[in-house]
Formats: sequence, C-alpha cells, structure tokens
Amino acid sequence: MTAAAILEIRDISKSFGAIKALTGVDFTLQRGEIHALCGENGAGKSTLMNIIAGIVQPDEGTIRLEGKDVTIASPSVAQRLGIGLVHQEIALCQDATVAENILMAAINNRRAPLMNFRRLYADAQKIMDLLAPIPVETPVADLSISNQQLVEIAKALTLECRVLMLDEPTAALTETEARRLFAIVRDLKARGISIIYISHRMAEIFSLCDRVTVFRDGRYVATDSIASVTPNDVVRKMVGREITQLYPEKLSPEQRTDRPVLSVGNLSYREGSDGVSFTLRAGEILGIGGLIGAGRSEMVQTVCGLRPNVSGSVELNGEPVSIRTYSDAVRAGLVYLSEDRKASGLFLDLSVASNISALDLRKLTTPLGLLDRRAEARQATDLVERHGVRMGGIETQVSTLSGGNQQKVAIARLLSVGPKVVILDEPTRGVDVGAKVEIHRLLRDLAERGVGVIVISSELPELIGLSDRVLVIREGALVGELEADELTEEAIMLLASGVRQQRSNARQVQNVA
Amino acid sequence: MDAEIKASAPGLGGRNWLRLGSMREAGLIAIMLALCIAMTFASPHFLTWGNFRAMLMSFSIEGIVVVGMTILLIVGGIDLSVGSVVCFSMVVSGALFLMGLDPWTASLIGIGASALIGAVMGFFVTVIGLNHFITSLAAMVIVRGLCLVITKGTPLSLFTLPPGFKAIGQGSFGNVPYVIVIFVVVVAIFDFLLRRATAFRKVFYTGSNEKAAQFSGIKTKQVKFWVTVLCSTLAGFAGVIYMSRFGAATPTFGAGMELNIIAAAVIGGASLNGGSGTIFGAILGMALLSVVTSSLILLDVSVYWQDMIKGCILLAAVSIDHFLHRRKS
Repeated sequence: MTAAAILEIRDISKSFGAIKALTGVDFTLQRGEIHALCGENGAGKSTLMNIIAGIVQPDEGTIRLEGKDVTIASPSVAQRLGIGLVHQEIALCQDATVAENILMAAINNRRAPLMNFRRLYADAQKIMDLLAPIPVETPVADLSISNQQLVEIAKALTLECRVLMLDEPTAALTETEARRLFAIVRDLKARGISIIYISHRMAEIFSLCDRVTVFRDGRYVATDSIASVTPNDVVRKMVGREITQLYPEKLSPEQRTDRPVLSVGNLSYREGSDGVSFTLRAGEILGIGGLIGAGRSEMVQTVCGLRPNVSGSVELNGEPVSIRTYSDAVRAGLVYLSEDRKASGLFLDLSVASNISALDLRKLTTPLGLLDRRAEARQATDLVERHGVRMGGIETQVSTLSGGNQQKVAIARLLSVGPKVVILDEPTRGVDVGAKVEIHRLLRDLAERGVGVIVISSELPELIGLSDRVLVIREGALVGELEADELTEEAIMLLASGVRQQRSNARQVQNVA
Repeated sequence: MDAEIKASAPGLGGRNWLRLGSMREAGLIAIMLALCIAMTFASPHFLTWGNFRAMLMSFSIEGIVVVGMTILLIVGGIDLSVGSVVCFSMVVSGALFLMGLDPWTASLIGIGASALIGAVMGFFVTVIGLNHFITSLAAMVIVRGLCLVITKGTPLSLFTLPPGFKAIGQGSFGNVPYVIVIFVVVVAIFDFLLRRATAFRKVFYTGSNEKAAQFSGIKTKQVKFWVTVLCSTLAGFAGVIYMSRFGAATPTFGAGMELNIIAAAVIGGASLNGGSGTIFGAILGMALLSVVTSSLILLDVSVYWQDMIKGCILLAAVSIDHFLHRRKS
C-alpha cells in the first residue's frame, strides 16, 4: 500500500492560540485516486489543506511526498512540489486577465524585470485548455462564477501538478455546472493526478470518489473505500452520533390544506418574460428549483419588494397587500433570507443581539427614540435559546460563529418580527451536516405552526428531502410544479434545463426543438 | 488567433483591461479638446505657447506627485500626507542649505527624509495593521508640524542658491523648461514600468485581491510598504524642484495639495478600491483640471468659483465612471 502512496501525512498537529485545530492526524493519498475528506465545519479539513499547500505550518508531524520527507514552507514551495489547492471561496484578481491569474505565482517568481504578455497568454492557454475553452486574455470579472471556478482550478494545476486539492468546489455551482466539473475532475484523475476532494454533499462524494477519510473535532476518525460504506455511515462518523433521519417528516396527505398563505398573481419581474403565478398553502414547505441565473432569487426578491416590481399582485392570507419596498413586506409579515450570508445577510462585525434586532428596530425603541437595550437582550436571548444557537453569549461578534450558527442567527432575525411567510434563499449553503439537520427541523416546525415557508436551494437532495412541493423556474418563467412521487432529481433537472416543459395548471406544453 | 478564440466564445471577450483604460483616456482627451477649441474662440490668449507653457508648468511638479499617488491607489492605499511631505522635503533641504551644506546633498537628504516618512507610514500600515487613510492623515498633521518646527513658522529665503541649482526649476532648453522635461521623463518611465514591469504587476494583483495575491506567494505587505515609500519619495522629489523654482521654502506650502492630486488620479481612472488605474490617465486628469483652471482665469471668473467648479468636475467624472461600471455588470 505504502508503495502506491503519493502523499503521506503522519501525526500532524496544529494549534491556533488556545484552539487545537488538528490533533495527531494521519492521512494517506494514493496515486491516481480521488479521495474525499469529510467532516463538519471546524473538523480541521481546511487546516490540513492549508498545511499541505504551505499556507500554514504544522506544529508537529511529518509530510512525505512520494516517499521523501518534505517541508512545505510556503505556497510557492507547494507549487514547485506539484501540489495545488483550489480554495473554497473564489480568490481571483477580478481586474486582471485569466492568464495573469493562472500564472500569478510564476509571475511572482520571475527574474526578468519586464512582463512578456505573449508568452504568458500562450502558457496560460495551454493550462486552460485542459479544462475549458476560456480565452485567457479575458478579464476575470467578465466570467461567470462557474468559469471563475475553472480558472481557480487552472491556477492550482500548473503543468506539473501531482496532487490537487479541491475545497468544496461545487458550493457555488448549479447541478449542471457541477456535473461538468466532475467530468473534468475524472479527466484529471485519468491524467494521473491524485485528488483530495472536500465536500459536504454525500451524493457527490459517492459518485466521484474512490475513498473517504473522516475527521471530527480535529482528529482522524476513519478511512474507508467508498464501495464499503454508505452515506449514512459517513455522516454518522462525521457527527459522532446517529442521525436517524436526514430530513424531517413531510406533510401527510391528511395534513394538506388548500388554504393559501401567500398567493402571487401574474408577477412579472424580468422584461420579456411571462408573469408568474403561484400559491403557498398553509403548513407546507414550498421549494423553488432551477439553475443559477434562472431567476429564482430575482423572483422572490421581487415579491418582497427588494426589486422593482413590473406588474403583479400579492395576497397574504387572502388579503391583497401592496409591497413596494422591503419594509412594506416586513410590515405585512413577509421576510427574506439572502443567499449570501456574508455579503448581504449579516452584520459580521456586530453582536448576535444587534443582528437579531436589525429587522425591526422600532419595536425596541423607547418613546424617546433610544434603543431599549434590555428589550433587545431579552428578544435575542429568547430567539437564540429557542433555535439552539451555540455561542458565548448574545454579545458575541457574529463573525466568530460557525457557518451553521451564523445562519441560525440570520433566521432568528427573520423570526423576530413574527412573520407570516419566510422565504429562504439557500438556507444551508456552507453549513455543516449537524446544523443543516437542525435548520431543516426548524423550518418544518415553522411550517407546522402555520408560518408559510419557501426555500430556494441549488442542492437537489435538499430541495427534494425538505419540500412538500417544488416549483421549477427557467429563464425567468415558471416551467413546472412537482409534488409527492413526481419529485425526483431527474424531473427537476429536465424542467430546469429546458429538456422538458410542463405547466401543471395552465397545461402549456411547448415544443422545445 | 486571438480573434478566433473570441469569435468562438461570444460574450467572453468584450472589455479588456487595457481597452477600458484607453477608452477612458480617449474620453478625457475628447473633453479636453472640446474645451480647448471652445476656449480658443472665447479668448485670444488661450491658444498661445505662453499660456500652454504656464499650464504645463502649473501641473508638471504636481504631476510627479500624482504618479506616486496613482500607484498607491492601485495597491489599494491612499496618502493624505503628500502635500505636507512636499513641503517637508523643501524645508529640510532648505534648512540644510542654510546651514552650509551644498544644495545637491541637501536635496538628496530632503528626498531621503521624505522616503523615511513613507517608510514609517508603511510600517504602521503593514506591521501595526492600520489603514492608509488614518495613518497618512496623522502623518499629514505631524509632518506639517515638523515643517513649522524646523522653520519656526517663517519662510526660509533661499535666494543664495547657486544658479546651477536654481536652473532645475527656472531654466529651460530653448523654449521648454527643464521642469517640463523632468515631468515628462518621470511620467514616461513610470507609465512604462506600470504597464510592463513584473514588479509593478504585483501592485495591481495586491490591490485587486490581496488574498489571491498572497496565495500566489506574493508578499503583499512588502508590496504595500514599498509603494508607500515610493509615493513619499516622489513627493520629496517634487518638493526639491519646488524649492529650486521658488528659491524659498515656505512651511505652509502644499496644504490641500493632496486633494487635487487624488482628484486627478481618480478622474484619470484610478479606483479607490484598488486594482485599477493608469499613470497616463491620472496625468490627463491633472491636465483637465489645469485647463479648466486656466480657462476660468482667462474668462475672468472669480477665483472663488474655481474650487467649486473643480469639485463638480470630480463628482461628474466619478459619477460617469460609476454609471459605466454599473452598466457593464
């Protein structure tokens, strides 16, 4: 076995101040395999990746590459050794060209005082062509997110790459884009590159990887061949306890009602596309599926008054409401959770309490116009306890919390106004398995208490596991509605990609030739 | 071949970094030409070598400071202390000269002292971790104070400067003053370096996305440090030329200069968020402000209006830029 190992990690430990990120972990990567690395957020996966990529130095332990002990003192050493890391978040210079981004490290190491753009473009194109035909003179800012992701991979590749690490590469990709990426990853494997693949998505791991290693709380738990384990086994090892059910129970046929909580009529939110009509019924979780860019977020943002409404009507519990701005929506009881927690969801530098108060400060304002700090604390403590946010206290700065707890704070804020309808855009993106299950339960509880719940998700298993009914959006139009047995990944993809068109109500079957 | 790739991938080609830059520069040139043509008809004194020489002279020395500021803006920094540093260099060199040092050595020490101020700011930015705005705001006040301390608040009269030294600021090649020649050479060198030199690419990368640059092994703190030093050094160099030109060192000289400089760089396309900007553009921005000032004087508009009009131009330029960028995305 050891003879085939390209990378051997032995007994690596790393602390950041008082926090032990890794405690004596082992990890072996075989030549030419795709090896999944799993664990909840904070399990130490990213720290290990950063150590292998030379960004962070281990406190103790050894790294052997092709049987030789190596010290990876910096990212450029890693690169010279043929180790590439694709970071979870896209970190590209948006103002620079694709070529410059791909070869930035090489440019940095250049001795020649002047740039040779022609050589640069030619060299970069050779690497880029391994992945996709993206012209390398293009500025990165002009590329789609999925193409930017490919540039990130190209950057890690270089021509002599032996070990490639991918940290949640599909987090921002749609299903179709993810499939294209898998084909590329398999192709790289066929070229003899050994790959470490970090992901939270079991479906991906089981379709793509050869072996899986699980970390928990900075410790090594197990390495198994994919063929010998089930997704449930892996999840159990990750969380260290049995998760009996990944998704909460759906509505039984008897529980179904026809009472509408939210009715949207003929909403036109994109120039040149037909109006969209749909109804959210009491007690159900309504999923919205579609490719990224299909207009899912645009649609719900229009309903909430976050985007100018071209035309259309909104009724809440049978009463027509006029929503022109988001504060109209909040007042009417309609709240929205943005998909980008960091950019537009939370005030990362502020405390948990101030984050929760932000949606309705008027409620916490004394007649003199001052903030009632006691009421604020009371509200925050109450909501935080009810939704199981784990943290030091309500004065904790939100940026110090894990992704899952941040998301719970964001949801607690929505609930602070006692909403009638909550619309959540990718509510579990970048959240670990344990917290994900808790968020799903929370949403189901809300629905059972009569709050309307709409969930947008690009992760099909989640959309199917969580929703009672799913609407599929394509190019700004509602192209289908699925429930119960019809609700399968294939059915959603067929509608979302335009292979099939169905409008269950209007029965407008169009020919897609 | 480039054309083929672009044609095969519609929607991917489009804007090119350099192309957008040159588009903006073409726009500035067009506005300036229109203004010049209008002014030619409005005033018989506008289209004369004398007037152009005066305009060039008025922004040549500041233009050297603009070069440093533009590079600093590209790296994502800003320097509010340049006006004070220009003055500091002048005052230090002047005082040393009055103490008996020869003016060339005194000037070199003045420039060196300016570089040192840049190094101190660079230290606070990269090692202590303060931002450029606050650090340079403090430096602006401290250095201005130093100038007043050195001169005890009164202008240093330097009429004893030897003619050889005075020639830098006052002499000329035939019709072309040395000051303009120096300015053109500095601009040409840095414009070329910024476009082509490997070291200066790192400035763009650091300003565009510091994290991405770090992951590529670029020592971004070092880059920021040296760019900060470069900006102060160029300001010091400008200070020495001013001293030669005026034959005096006034402790209040250059107050408010930083705003003009930053305005010029921003009109010329430098982004306060870092990652973009060109020297040529910044110089065009400076030239535009200068043509406007000159026009206002020739049209007998009260000086009181000038700052207001300049401010409006800045606002208009930034708004247009914002609009174009929003349209793009």
